[in-house]
Amino acid sequence: MEGNLNALTTVFTEFYYWATIPLMFFIHIGFCMYEVGASRRRNHLHTLMKNTMLIPLVTITFFFFGWWLYWAMPNGPFITGGLDTAAAEANTAWSETMGPNTGDRITGVFWAAFLLFSWTAASIVSGSVIERIKSGAFWVLAVVIGSVAWIIDAAWGWHYGGWMVQLLGYHDAYASGVIHAIAGGFALGVLVVLGPRLGKFAKDGSPRDITPHNPWLVCLGLFMIYAGFWGFYVACNVPIIDPGGIGGQITGDTWTATTIYLTPTTLGAITVNFLMSLSGGLLVGYLASKGNPFWTYSGGLAGIITASAGNDLYHPIHAMIIGGLGTYCAYKLHYWVEQKFKIDDAVGAVAVHGYAGFIGLVICGFVLWGHPSSPYEGFATINPLGQFVGAIIMFFVLGFVPGWIVAKILAAMNLLRIPRQVELLGLDFASNREEQAAAADVRATEKAAV
Amino acid sequence: MATTGIESWAVDLKDIGAIYPFQGAEGLFVLAGVVLWLGWHFIQIRAENEEYDGIISRHGDDASINEALEGE
Repeated sequence: MEGNLNALTTVFTEFYYWATIPLMFFIHIGFCMYEVGASRRRNHLHTLMKNTMLIPLVTITFFFFGWWLYWAMPNGPFITGGLDTAAAEANTAWSETMGPNTGDRITGVFWAAFLLFSWTAASIVSGSVIERIKSGAFWVLAVVIGSVAWIIDAAWGWHYGGWMVQLLGYHDAYASGVIHAIAGGFALGVLVVLGPRLGKFAKDGSPRDITPHNPWLVCLGLFMIYAGFWGFYVACNVPIIDPGGIGGQITGDTWTATTIYLTPTTLGAITVNFLMSLSGGLLVGYLASKGNPFWTYSGGLAGIITASAGNDLYHPIHAMIIGGLGTYCAYKLHYWVEQKFKIDDAVGAVAVHGYAGFIGLVICGFVLWGHPSSPYEGFATINPLGQFVGAIIMFFVLGFVPGWIVAKILAAMNLLRIPRQVELLGLDFASNREEQAAAADVRATEKAAV
Repeated sequence: MATTGIESWAVDLKDIGAIYPFQGAEGLFVLAGVVLWLGWHFIQIRAENEEYDGIISRHGDDASINEALEGE
């Protein structure tokens, strides 16, 4: 690090990304709370373990190969160039910069910030498949979405040199598509193969409401996700960089925060827009669901997710309206898809993340039409067609299709769905029996001591 | 000889890079990690299937299932 200003910038950037990581931990805590709250009593422990154990599995695989994919794949490969092995070299699992290294203070925290996004992508899928998927199958799927599919989409559309940014003008500053649409699409692909929980649909095809056993836990979990979402937003920015460091078309020497595309924005802008899109989602979620707490909280989340693609640039009123619009569409689509295609999405994750993310990308193409997608010369500007094609790539190509294929393979090997009897008895049946036997034994001992 | 290659901090930090032990063997560490990861999946999937088979063999009859559902 040469010079005090460079040293200060580097250490500040290191601390900045580090601070986002404990904040984003709250997203995972929230997902666990909401998933366990939505499951029935007989499935609590397995539901909790299913989500928790994606943490180590996605972490180690993201270390082994996920991070390398991000740096190697921005060109496709073979769309705007080959594999970028030069950029990827310092990000291989065996690179010296992946361990403690006095010459590199950023790789570790940057890796970890991306990793927490990976957990989020896998965790979104986790909620929708509760109470009937085998844990082992889910963990394979978690590695596919968390350490392969989403990070390829990030290389393509969430990288300053990604081919989607260059050719399509794709803009997705806070991950409407690269996290939410892909995870929702992936979940839908798995759900199509997995099928609904026993009893979800009546013989005439009408859906039954399998209510959360603990609405408090569900709502507090969603509230907790809001808290963690602050870290997610902040981690999407480069906190401070000078135009010389960007090396693009920006002139002068005014330092700025930027998006992942190195396009200027401010922390102030995204803070206001986060709150306004949250508010738009909550207001509409409440009205659309007639005050249902689960859908009101989910509406807040859907509001943020819908506006996220352009929340670096939207006026706060845009953010509010777009958040509300996406929430309304996601809510309506959830019940339409459930009724029409008999899809049992236990927590509405496909709607809140997938449909809201998809819609948010498309809206962004219209509202930010013509704005430069990059500080570099020769990149396409943001446009509706590019955003629509981007949304298709995120939701279907990298989301639905891999989810469906891997679920099909697991189903063919009889590894996907738990046996019917176990689903009826409950995943925690054995441990619950042991617990009851232990409690009876203690009671008998206590009575004998009277 | 220290395992980290650092014998003393009487150095200019800009001349130092990695400071973890056993530098040069990173490929082996990663290989070991990948083997552990894949092994974990195999062991877990087998154990999970055995767990379900055991539950079904002991409690998979209609009476046990009805009893469990009534207790829900």
